[in-house]
Amino acid sequence: MNSVLQPIPWKLHLAVLAVAIAFPFVFPSNFMVNFGVLALFYAFIGQSWNIAGGFAGQLSFGHVAFFGVGAYASTIVQMRLGLSPWLGLPASALAGAAVGGIIAALSFRAGLKGSYFALITLAFAEVLRIVANSIGITGGGLGMLIPMKAGAGNFQFADRSGFYFLILALAVLSIALAEWLQRSRFGAHLAAIRENEDAARALGINVFVEKVKVMVLSGAIGGVGGCFFAQYFLYIDPLIVFGVDKSVEMLLVSMIGGAGTVYGPLVGALLLALVSDVTRVLTQIQGLSLVLYGSLLVVIIAFLPNGLIDLFRRRAKPAGEKD
Amino acid sequence: MLQVTGLTKIFGGLRAVDNASLKVDQGRIVALIGPNGAGKTTLFACIAGFHTVHSGRVELLGQDITGLPVHRIARAGMVRTFQITQPFAKLTVHENIAVGAYQKFPDRHQAWEHARAIARQVGMDQMLAQPAADLTVAGRKRLELARALATSPRLLLLDEVMAGLNPSEILEIISIIRKIRDSGVTVLLIEHVMHAVMSLSDNIYVLSYGKIIAEGSPLQVVNNQAVVEAYLGRGSAAPPLEDMLGATHA
Repeated sequence: MNSVLQPIPWKLHLAVLAVAIAFPFVFPSNFMVNFGVLALFYAFIGQSWNIAGGFAGQLSFGHVAFFGVGAYASTIVQMRLGLSPWLGLPASALAGAAVGGIIAALSFRAGLKGSYFALITLAFAEVLRIVANSIGITGGGLGMLIPMKAGAGNFQFADRSGFYFLILALAVLSIALAEWLQRSRFGAHLAAIRENEDAARALGINVFVEKVKVMVLSGAIGGVGGCFFAQYFLYIDPLIVFGVDKSVEMLLVSMIGGAGTVYGPLVGALLLALVSDVTRVLTQIQGLSLVLYGSLLVVIIAFLPNGLIDLFRRRAKPAGEKD
Repeated sequence: MLQVTGLTKIFGGLRAVDNASLKVDQGRIVALIGPNGAGKTTLFACIAGFHTVHSGRVELLGQDITGLPVHRIARAGMVRTFQITQPFAKLTVHENIAVGAYQKFPDRHQAWEHARAIARQVGMDQMLAQPAADLTVAGRKRLELARALATSPRLLLLDEVMAGLNPSEILEIISIIRKIRDSGVTVLLIEHVMHAVMSLSDNIYVLSYGKIIAEGSPLQVVNNQAVVEAYLGRGSAAPPLEDMLGATHA
């Protein structure tokens, strides 16, 4: 078994980054770049779930709440307030963080844990979907269409590689954040809370505050993910951005890749994107990718309970060795 | 250091702790003993903030800490261990202790070094890379102690850290606890291993049915008739006490 709070060597980070940067130059076709964008996008929103669910053990089934709020926040900023879409980015982070903080404060104050917490997050996501469906500013069930005006100033790129490098930058930030959790006191607190809340409390950790903080962080990332989604697809409606399937995808990529690990979401996201593209090319059956993905999940949970990342991990280090 | 006055804890109709008062002076090792079910762990949990108290007052270093949340009491310098060990199972021994050390040292390097030093102090430096889940009972008990000690507490509450250990492990942990006391940490411990209590403690409180029935030096306590009766039943207060207590609970 590996220790959990050890940093990952810089060389590995750099190698992954180099591959990611080279990818659109090696495979410049629209199809492949789109594949890269989706994989990184899933890795990014998966990391949002992973920080709360994997690192802190707060398993949420409604992470799409942050995603949807972020998508609407950034779209409302540009469509209703007429501001630059780039301002939508911080707006979506703030909105996601705020919703994360509110849901966390309410649930954790009430002492909800485990499956109860999972259920309450699902309920919040559903409530937000219904609210988005019924009020005016969101365009209700019709959703919102962002007019196509290609140009970097409009947060739209004629060339898909523009989106690719943007989501790559975001994914790098999210991985850096996860790596920081791996090294920092805050991350150690989260691991302690995940393993045993009473013991964490007994050592002087303010469990409530740390859990709210991690949900704020996770919410901010989820919100930014929503903003990117809106800008990439230029259309959002309540079913798309508050749909349960997104929550499931966010947690699946983490669990398949390796929950609570820095690269787990990226590994899981690559597999999800691969499975979904391959099935789309080979067959016309809608949703087949999720069926396959679900089957993979069963196999992986049976044989690699810590996720695919276990395949890449080195063997446990001998006693006493550090870093 | 610690002053508990008139502490009462009621579960439903049961007075688990009834008007208990005790005092722990700085630099001492004080033991809390009593028959099974006497309320020792409940009293500990009340002192450390895990239970709300019905009435009474807990003062740490002259400051009223009654009803404060657990983490604030811990930060004020009083840290407990658990009778049923509560390791961070998937973390290594080093990481477990580092979580405690982080409470004192926010910096990673310092926290990990401090954790290493604490591991050496409790004799776990050969097990740093082991996951806590793989430890034996003795290892887990030691880890409880190490993790609490790593927070640099002023007062340690040790809840049966010797239960389930073999005689040589008990001797080791006795010397570790002495060294902890010598390093300036005050210790309040619950223990059933009588020879350990007798040799370690400066002062002993005896709890029975939630009430403190006796207090004093080890010798005073063993020769106290009420204590013997609490353990062995009414009418048992006959001479060979030390041997009997030792035999029953060692």
